[in-house]
Amino acid sequence: MLTSMDSTSVPPLTVIVGDEELLVDRAVAEVVAAVRATDPEVDVHDLMPSQVSAGKLVEVTSPSLFGDRRVVVLRSAQDLTKEPAGVITDYVKDPVDDVVLVLVHAGGAKGKALLQAALQAGAHRIDCAKPTKASERIAFIKGEFDRAGRKITADAAQALLDAVGTDLREIAAACTQLIADTEGRVDAEAVARYHRGKAEASGFTVADRAVEGRLAEALEQLRWSLAVGMAPVLITSALASAVRGLAVVVQSSRGLSESELAKQAKVPPWKLRTLRQQARGWTPRGVAQAMRVVAETDALVKGAGRDPAYALERAVIEIVAARGRR
Amino acid sequence: MSVFDTLVGQDTVVQRLRAAVRAADNLLSGGDGTGMTHAWLFTGPPGAGRAQAARAFAAALQCTHGGCGECASCHQVLAGTHPDVLYVRPSGLSFGVEQTRELVVRAASSPTGGRFRVVLFEDADRATEAASNALLKAIEEPAPRTVWLLCTPTAHDLLVTIRSRCRLVNLRTPSTEAIIDALVTRDGIDRDRAVAAARAAAGHLERARQLATDETARARREEVLTIPARLDSLGACVHAAARLYEIAEADAKESTAALDEQEKADLKAAFGEGATGKGVAKAVRGAAGALKELEERQKRRATRIKRDAYDTFLMDLVAFYRDVLAIQLGASVELSTADRDADLRRVARSSTPEATLRRIDAIMECRRRINANVHPQIAMEAMTAALYLG
Ligand SMILES: [Zn+2]
Repeated sequence: MLTSMDSTSVPPLTVIVGDEELLVDRAVAEVVAAVRATDPEVDVHDLMPSQVSAGKLVEVTSPSLFGDRRVVVLRSAQDLTKEPAGVITDYVKDPVDDVVLVLVHAGGAKGKALLQAALQAGAHRIDCAKPTKASERIAFIKGEFDRAGRKITADAAQALLDAVGTDLREIAAACTQLIADTEGRVDAEAVARYHRGKAEASGFTVADRAVEGRLAEALEQLRWSLAVGMAPVLITSALASAVRGLAVVVQSSRGLSESELAKQAKVPPWKLRTLRQQARGWTPRGVAQAMRVVAETDALVKGAGRDPAYALERAVIEIVAARGRR
Repeated sequence: MSVFDTLVGQDTVVQRLRAAVRAADNLLSGGDGTGMTHAWLFTGPPGAGRAQAARAFAAALQCTHGGCGECASCHQVLAGTHPDVLYVRPSGLSFGVEQTRELVVRAASSPTGGRFRVVLFEDADRATEAASNALLKAIEEPAPRTVWLLCTPTAHDLLVTIRSRCRLVNLRTPSTEAIIDALVTRDGIDRDRAVAAARAAAGHLERARQLATDETARARREEVLTIPARLDSLGACVHAAARLYEIAEADAKESTAALDEQEKADLKAAFGEGATGKGVAKAVRGAAGALKELEERQKRRATRIKRDAYDTFLMDLVAFYRDVLAIQLGASVELSTADRDADLRRVARSSTPEATLRRIDAIMECRRRINANVHPQIAMEAMTAALYLG
């Protein structure tokens, strides 16, 4: 892993060998960041074999008229067909000053000649193989905590692994969350707390508490849901469902049967009772107001606003306030 | 016959464009070409035909007879296949800088046919900021024979620096009479139907043609216009929003499904699906990437088609409330939803002009939200509730 790559020392040729996507992405990002540190305007070409012809490769690896620097990242280099692979093999023998070339290779037998040629030409090698043993994954978890300047106990790391599974991205996400939510050394109890929260939090709980007017609980659930990585749009859509249910029972279309009502509210028939309980204390005007809040929040969450978490908090507060509206 | 015949109710614009075509001919024959310029901006309300006007102008520039509408060159331009006309119609909701740079390079090469290189850029307002800057550079330093034709709803939709370098062609909303006349004489539609369609389309030529010729479109409009009278409870609001959502999705699916399948089949054929032997596995891997790209593009197109469908519904609703307002204010104007007379009068009697304006605002707000990527059903629920409560 590159940790302290100084910008002046970015190797002109790097090969990243391995099939662990998270590690590969991080290694690529670090090379790019190191080049950007000296040259914020640098052009980055991140290419897949399906997108490149030999011609395109020649183009991106040729000297620029204006001496512009470029980073060329070539993913899945083992999948290159013969002709473009030839372009790269020739290039590594006689590289261009302005170009930083990063080859990502899965590490298998396929496309090995290309990898060998790059290494022979003095490429900087970074290994990113998938960890296969539990001990390697534990080491990864410890590494994640080290990077943040934090510590995790051995039994906590094991508990985390047991709970999250073997996907490195998910392990990394859980580590990030634990680091953000806790202080000091992380022990097994902290990991257990984290997982209880994750299991309980859902957009629907947030929405139910909000339409019932239970502000404090709704906000607490909302923060949990966001903390464990629930997508804000899922929370808006849960709010929309809850408010839709209210609308249907607070003031129903005339002459609808129970099953038609349930269909309109998009709930199973037995849930109408819950909806009717939730609808106590709501007026049509209040519900219409809540519908407006949901629409506005969806816009904010989809990118019109800078802070989805804040938009959702405000939505919960405004929905609870709309409940009191006469 | 002339390529300008397709423009309806735009006499002043046609005169100016014809004069420019004469100047362009003068330029080609070694004159100074006064009156011709290399960058044009076509603006006008939806349906006024800005893209058609730009296309007709492109055809006239390429034609050796000033846009006869009959020669091979005219046919090619109108059909979108002329080698010296670059057609840009962003299929997504925005047009990026990479695509623009590529376009600028292609625009700069010399015309193969010896006349002009014309770039016809519809919906130029979809160019991102970076893309607009790339475009500006090309327009500031034009290649000698390149002509840029940009189309946007209003001049304000473009960077002021681009706008100031373009000659403005502003199309106006054609009159109902002009539209009726076009439908009857050019499309051979019978007069009664043409009158009804032209009124309903309120100055939108293509929409009028669609209403006159497409039964589904007429049925959709009728259904949409029954909504105001049916909003008698919040439940009905939820129902109406769900129904609009359902029909827009279904219509969009119908108009894209066949096209999507065909494109996929073509792509697979190009990658030799079904073949066997050496090299097939490799080809299949390459195909997977290309297929993913195609699917992305199709998804963007579907989004755009859906938004157009919602737009049509919402504009029909706006037309209804605009008519309500006209009745409330006693204005003697032609009502575009006169076929819903009883509903119009009932809504007009039971509400105030202020409430009508608030309702129109709610519809425009819904449109803005759908364009900002809000889930259409959510946006329309907020709208129907606002229409119901006034
Ligand atoms: Zn012609």
